[in-house]
Amino acid sequence: MSIVTVQLGQCGNQIGQEVFSALCSDIRGTHGLCSKKENGSYQDCCKERFFCEEESAVPVARAVLVDMEPKVISQTLSMAARSGHWKYSSQSHFCQKQGSGNNWANGYSVHGPRHKEAIMNLVQKEAEKCDRLGGFFTIMSMAGGTGSGLGAFVTQCLRDAFPTSFILNHVVWPYGTGEVIVQNYNSVLTLSHLYHSSDALLVHENDVIHKICAQLMNIKQISFRDVNQVIAHQLGSVFQPTHTAGGGSGYSRNPLGELMESLVPHPEFRMLGLRNIPQMPESSLPYSTFSWPGLIKHLRQMLIANAQMEEGIDWQVRPPSSIPSTNKPLHFNTSIANLVILRGKDVHGVDLGSFQDPSLYTSWLNPQDAFNAWKTPRAFNKYEKSAALVSNSQFLLKPLDSIVGKAWNMFASKAYLHQYAKFGIQEEDFLDCFTTLEQVISSYTNL
Amino acid sequence: MTQSVVVQVGQCGNQVGCRFWDLALREHAAVNKKGIYDEALSSFFRNVDTRSGNNGPDIYKGKICSLKARALLIDMEEGVVNEILQGPLKDVFDSKQLITDVSGSGNNWAVGHKIYGCQYRENIVEKLRKTAEHCDCLQCFFIIHSMGGGTGSGLGTFVLNLLEEEFPEVYRFVTSVYPSGEDDVITSPYNSVLAMKELNEHADCVLPIENESLLEIVNKIHQMINSGKLGSTVKQNSLVTSSAGSAKTLQEKPFDAMNNIVANLLLNLTSSARFEGSLNMDLNEISMNLVPFPRLHYLVSSLTPLYTLADVNVPSRRLDQMFSDAFSRDHQLIQADPKHSLYLACALLVRGNVQVSDLRRNIERLKPSLHFVSWNQEGWKTGLCSVPPVGHSHSLLALANNTCVKPTFIELKDRFMKLYKKKAHLHHYLQIDGMEQSCFSEAVSSLSDLIEEYNELDATKCGPRIDPSRLKIAI
Repeated sequence: MSIVTVQLGQCGNQIGQEVFSALCSDIRGTHGLCSKKENGSYQDCCKERFFCEEESAVPVARAVLVDMEPKVISQTLSMAARSGHWKYSSQSHFCQKQGSGNNWANGYSVHGPRHKEAIMNLVQKEAEKCDRLGGFFTIMSMAGGTGSGLGAFVTQCLRDAFPTSFILNHVVWPYGTGEVIVQNYNSVLTLSHLYHSSDALLVHENDVIHKICAQLMNIKQISFRDVNQVIAHQLGSVFQPTHTAGGGSGYSRNPLGELMESLVPHPEFRMLGLRNIPQMPESSLPYSTFSWPGLIKHLRQMLIANAQMEEGIDWQVRPPSSIPSTNKPLHFNTSIANLVILRGKDVHGVDLGSFQDPSLYTSWLNPQDAFNAWKTPRAFNKYEKSAALVSNSQFLLKPLDSIVGKAWNMFASKAYLHQYAKFGIQEEDFLDCFTTLEQVISSYTNL
Repeated sequence: MTQSVVVQVGQCGNQVGCRFWDLALREHAAVNKKGIYDEALSSFFRNVDTRSGNNGPDIYKGKICSLKARALLIDMEEGVVNEILQGPLKDVFDSKQLITDVSGSGNNWAVGHKIYGCQYRENIVEKLRKTAEHCDCLQCFFIIHSMGGGTGSGLGTFVLNLLEEEFPEVYRFVTSVYPSGEDDVITSPYNSVLAMKELNEHADCVLPIENESLLEIVNKIHQMINSGKLGSTVKQNSLVTSSAGSAKTLQEKPFDAMNNIVANLLLNLTSSARFEGSLNMDLNEISMNLVPFPRLHYLVSSLTPLYTLADVNVPSRRLDQMFSDAFSRDHQLIQADPKHSLYLACALLVRGNVQVSDLRRNIERLKPSLHFVSWNQEGWKTGLCSVPPVGHSHSLLALANNTCVKPTFIELKDRFMKLYKKKAHLHHYLQIDGMEQSCFSEAVSSLSDLIEEYNELDATKCGPRIDPSRLKIAI
């Protein structure tokens, strides 16, 4: 089953290019550490999922590139082509000239309706190229104007045009200390709108990835390219083929569907966080050894203590001792559902019982249903063993609350509102969005 | 890619404009080695096929034939424009882009705004339309003028009005040179305050410049070079004041160094719109992020570094110094100290080999010493452009929406009132058709209101910070 990726705005396009690049380099790599047959199915599955084999020898990414100004798309297209191993179709991009000026209202109310037909035509064409369409994966940031505003509009259009398809939005949260001054307004508007049309939001925070680059990857002068490559690695660790639990032999045919089924049991809870271990500079890999028990232990503690990476985990945090618990201990991260993805050597014997501990979860789901695992013996991106965690939990509660708080503070002083009103977003629209998100915050807080 | 049109009005406007075009050509020549007319060039230049004369068609791709500036040169005296047309830049301008007269405006805003405005209105509109037609996607008008005289101030603000009427969707960025206290034009306070009202009402963004600051920067650079401390190790073409490497080879005129600074300001402002980078900052984003309330659109700018040493290995300490300098008093282009006033918003546009971690490290480092308004504690807008300016490996333009502009406006108002109370020179203005006493009282009232808005914001600086309570949700 194939997934169509929609890359929106500068961030979406820059990350998208790194994602396809990482997927491609992974399947071409010789560090699979598994049987030739296994490797063969892995490659075929990945290719079907993300690439289209056209007459040209080079696989073509199943992607639509959208931006309101041309510089980034042209860079993205040329970087892909330069790799020599994959490329974007020359017909799959849409761009304009003026950009959205970091204005969500401009992206949503002006560019959206104006270019809906052209963009949806491109999406339709990509969808038709798939034998079986598994769903849509959109990549955007929520701080700017195009990815956020136009992205929210396009997601709505996808929902209307493909009512039975899965839509997963990958949303990049900006650095807490300004990239864009109105980023909190744009974020509030984006998240509340996506909540109504998307199936799930998979979130990456720039601050977190930045820390990973600095402390784990030892990069001295961190560029956006470095950040994007870590994000691409983490996304690859989720979306590369795996065998799902009851799936019999062969690779999963419906990754997005299974993701949604495992992680989003209730429409009020759609925010997914992502953790991946281990992460280290490539040069250190030959000198490191990993054990599954060690990785699982760390990953579990990262979940419970809401740690952003495998260094500096607070080991003091423990799950509450009685079930059902009325007083959850502070700092304990309650989950609704978790998905662990294991890749590499000796993966089949790994004990994941610790993730099925009912005390990790909120009381209204059966722990057996709340936890799922996907596995493959095929190693990913040169890591002999790697584990990813996709979690529907309180991971994002604090950052979300912080963004809404700052946006509200600014809203109370009415700053910048005239810029949004210019394009049709009024104070009442803002209030609706705040209400939606306060509801989400309240729901997650009361788990 | 979008295009911008520069409208240079009056003596000051044209002199600065001239330096801008010269340095722009130099910048593009340094980057565009193959002589292909690319999108970056098209933002400010047309490519015209002049083989059949000056009326040839525009060429949109391929090799550069003849570059023409997207500009309108307006002056009510001929001297400055004629000099430009006889100088090394004569081929960059088209005779159809000029509007001149002979007698000047006599340092009288009313003459510029009311008389010449009326007289040349149609001509100006027609020429603007023509320039707009040559643009695929016109995003912004840049007006360059001075406030203290008659043409730049009066006719310049008339054109501003016109732009809003005829091209309401296009942004209007105004670079205004404010008169100093010792300005030799006695009526400059009148002219400036009358012009301020127009800027308040019709400009999207104003970048105020004061000659004193430019002069201080020029002197500082002279001192550094002549003190022998740096001497020959300074790269000549890196000086923010220099014309080295540009078309101008004749002896530099006294204002050239100062005007080059302003020209560099405009180049840096537009760099992210023209060249690629990992975090683009387009002109519409500047307006969106830095203007929280419609009238508070005055941005204090600073440029660093002022020069580069020929030493290629720049340790990151020097990079950090660049950020620190951007907030120091002596790098601002008006006489103001943003560090001791209140920030409403701040933008940092970095060019060259600087990455996001350098940016973040410096923001973290400098934040504690800066005061931001309570509802915009993290009011930073950042941009990273990969292409550095000529002669530098990296550079920084800081734009601040800061209450430190207030003293400049208060002084202006004071100087205005000194003259107005005695009705000095008023008759020169009132005798012009369309001018009445109310023009003056409205103008000073508009300025007072603006000052009051800044006062109110300053008042919040010292008070305790009370965050408004959040919405409560029924569970």
